[in-house]
Amino acid sequence: MTDLSTSLKIEPTVFELSSPGRQGHSFPELDVPHAEIPKSLLRDDLPLPELAEVDVARHFTRLSQLNHGVDTGFYPLGSCTMKYNPKINEATSRLPGFANIHPLQPIETVQGAIGLMFELQEWLKEISGFAGITLQPAAGAHGELTGVLIMRAYHRARGDDRRVKMLIPDSAHGTNPASSAMSGLEIVEIPSDTRGNIDLAALRAECDETLAGIMITNPNTLGLFDENLRQVCDCVHEAGGLVYGDGANFNAIMGISRPADCGVDVLHFNLHKTFSTPHGGGGPGSGPVGVTDELAAFLPGPIAAIVEEGDDEEPPLYGLVTPEKSIGRIKAFHGHFGVMTRAYTYIMMLGGEGLRAASEHAVLNANYLQARLRDTYKIPYDRICMHEFVAEGHWEDAPDIHALDISKRLMDFGFHPPTNYFPLIVPEALMIEPTETESKETLDAFADALIQIAEEARTQPDLLQTAPHRTPVGRLDEVKAARELVLCCWLPEK
Amino acid sequence: MFLPHTDADREAMLRTIGVKKIKDLFEGLPGEHLFPELDLPPGVAEMEALAELQHIADANETTGELISFLGAGAYNHYSPAVVDSILRRGEFYTAYTPYQPEISQGTLQAIFEYQSMIVALTGMDVSNASHYDGATAVAEAVNMAYHNFRGKRTKVILSPGLHPHYRETVHTYTVDSNILLEGEETPLDSGPEALIPLIDDNTALVAVQYPDFFGRIHRFRELIEAAHQAGALVAVHVNPLALGLLEPPGDFGADIVTGEGQSLGIPLSFGGPYLGIFATRQQYVRKMAGRIVGETQDARCQRGFVLTLSTREQHIRREKATSNICTNQGLMALAAAIYMSLLGKNGLRQVAELNFHKAHYAAAQIATLDGFELVYDEPFFNEFTVRCPRPVAEINEELLSYDILGGYDLGQTRAGLENHMLIAVTEMVSREQIDIFVDALAEVAHD
Repeated sequence: MTDLSTSLKIEPTVFELSSPGRQGHSFPELDVPHAEIPKSLLRDDLPLPELAEVDVARHFTRLSQLNHGVDTGFYPLGSCTMKYNPKINEATSRLPGFANIHPLQPIETVQGAIGLMFELQEWLKEISGFAGITLQPAAGAHGELTGVLIMRAYHRARGDDRRVKMLIPDSAHGTNPASSAMSGLEIVEIPSDTRGNIDLAALRAECDETLAGIMITNPNTLGLFDENLRQVCDCVHEAGGLVYGDGANFNAIMGISRPADCGVDVLHFNLHKTFSTPHGGGGPGSGPVGVTDELAAFLPGPIAAIVEEGDDEEPPLYGLVTPEKSIGRIKAFHGHFGVMTRAYTYIMMLGGEGLRAASEHAVLNANYLQARLRDTYKIPYDRICMHEFVAEGHWEDAPDIHALDISKRLMDFGFHPPTNYFPLIVPEALMIEPTETESKETLDAFADALIQIAEEARTQPDLLQTAPHRTPVGRLDEVKAARELVLCCWLPEK
Repeated sequence: MFLPHTDADREAMLRTIGVKKIKDLFEGLPGEHLFPELDLPPGVAEMEALAELQHIADANETTGELISFLGAGAYNHYSPAVVDSILRRGEFYTAYTPYQPEISQGTLQAIFEYQSMIVALTGMDVSNASHYDGATAVAEAVNMAYHNFRGKRTKVILSPGLHPHYRETVHTYTVDSNILLEGEETPLDSGPEALIPLIDDNTALVAVQYPDFFGRIHRFRELIEAAHQAGALVAVHVNPLALGLLEPPGDFGADIVTGEGQSLGIPLSFGGPYLGIFATRQQYVRKMAGRIVGETQDARCQRGFVLTLSTREQHIRREKATSNICTNQGLMALAAAIYMSLLGKNGLRQVAELNFHKAHYAAAQIATLDGFELVYDEPFFNEFTVRCPRPVAEINEELLSYDILGGYDLGQTRAGLENHMLIAVTEMVSREQIDIFVDALAEVAHD
């Protein structure tokens, strides 16, 4: 293993690397007459750094080397689906015919792009069972907000304005309650039962005429397919509510189960999880939303559509339309087209069979890891899991060791840690999602490392508590960061 | 595809799990419709996929093939080769949100530098790690101002000079709240002062754009003073490239600066992904949504960076969070950081000047044409509004036969703007191309 701590030095900031008079890029000479710029409009100073091109190239290359990515190693971050990002996606999304087109061009000049969006909508419908899709939302949380706004618009259109209550299971992502709150709804938390399913008795007690709906993640964040899903949907529907599905965990069910077939009314996809588009260090994502026929009129616009049917000679004319009762726009233009081209490439390459195989192997990998770790780590909801599972990072005979210490120690073995301290219903949670693109050798090496760490927790706890040891920087002081708040290369003047 | 499993691997793994075949893992699933046949085209190999995607891409006409004068919130600029060569580094683009700082210093430091350069550019105190785009950044500004007054001030004044997509997005975001949106119908000709009479002690925010959607550079000092006297906040939405020349909003009193960062080295890509810029004053930092990177120290007393102030965020605060935003626009913020580092203080001014002078040359030439007229007297940056002798859609259709992508048809956005074209001129067009455009406009001026 490379000991990064000695091979790399802390990198200066671009401001520290700056030297007055340098410029890393130059433009052509001005070829038109000077126009007069009113002096009163001008800024006095532009305090940006000054670097040569080579300085910039090296600086950002060196920064990249301080990162762990899927391309550098295993990244089992639960509920984030850090699968391999095929390189061909990067090539296709950068084709000039996709990268260099303006979103407001006349539709006749962008038939390829709109046609691609149309087909992607059709494919997502087929994969999920929904009747309508919008590709506009920029990320999963943005898709959630879109979905919740659609649910509210649906109730309002029916003149039913008492529905202000959203049910959210205690295992849900934090974005679910936050998205509901942004739409002005009251949140009621629903507990999980002993098998990790939504507690039906608690659910029934809340299903009344004020119910807007429920937000469920299936499989849930314990990695479990909710055994009560049908009853949950029926119960909510009978009370006049709608079922929102958080598609964060769709990677478990492609070609296996379709949310619309199970009774879900609205669902967001995460193209950056399930459909292999890269996570980009935290965005751009893409969070298309699928809805049932009943809700399709409320989707945000614009949506790709056939505006003139084709025939044997002529292809159809694609255009962008806004549904009649649309909630309106939720961002500028048409969505993250550059992410759509990547997802399109992926679905085209895999086809239906390939998508199912991806989900099957995601589930195989998770169950294999769970089986290898079961004797060493407590699995609080121990049954066949889907694409991920949750273990407890704590032992009674090693009371000073926590999930955080295990996570930090894993970095010394070259692995990204699992999601920790989530879901909230498992103490010291380690949420592990291996994805289908990892080999048995990688899973074995990861399991071996976790088993060795469990041993170290008893014999050399200090090794865990002071970890990581082989990373570019040691454990960072997050309390100091929040207390002293240095958010910029210099401190603002008082 | 993309699966590393051999038959032997699968067998060994299933044995360890204690089941016979992969299908057994799904035995417990409820539901009648399991394992549906998906009606999708059969999978293809990489070279087939590339050929098909190339074919689709070829059906589009690009800004490389057409001379483009189309802007309206997305601009055709040059992105230096360094930008994309760094974005292609797998260490950057295959990582996720830097939850584990010890192995994410690359992303964290790059965002910290991005925040610092946005602060430098806007003249504000703090920047977050970005939002999805300009429209959602404006919507988050509305959200922040509303929460700043704990919901007790419910009026938000939107300038009619804000991009129509941004205003529509704000409407969508606020439809279920008690926020009242005003100002959008004030006359376009009367400038920002027309918004002053709307400001009262119920006003949480006044949001304006600089340069505005129609290309105009307004002075906002008077408006901002009036807003501050009433205790309201002011958000100024910027084109960051224009700030290579123009006085930054931090200098004339803005409380929030939002921006569309696409012009900082990000390709047009049919509308996204782009970059939502968001900066504010130090006193509001805890009210600001989105990820923020802060400096700290590690156990070895070295400088390092972490995500900070996370107690504002949804994964801690859930329904009490400042916003539901989870990811930022990481890779796009990185692109902007590289772009700003490369150009630096002189390069950014240079490209801004190129835009300014070329746009003014084009405007002067067009103004000499019969039937065409510059609509506004205010100064402009790289975009301006022209009244045309015919409907813009018709002109644009004819311009396409000259391989010219005409300006934006403002008639789509507001009554009274029929025959008005919004023309953007960037560093990407040469004087010769501007002359071709002007000649073509003269040719197509009449039916």
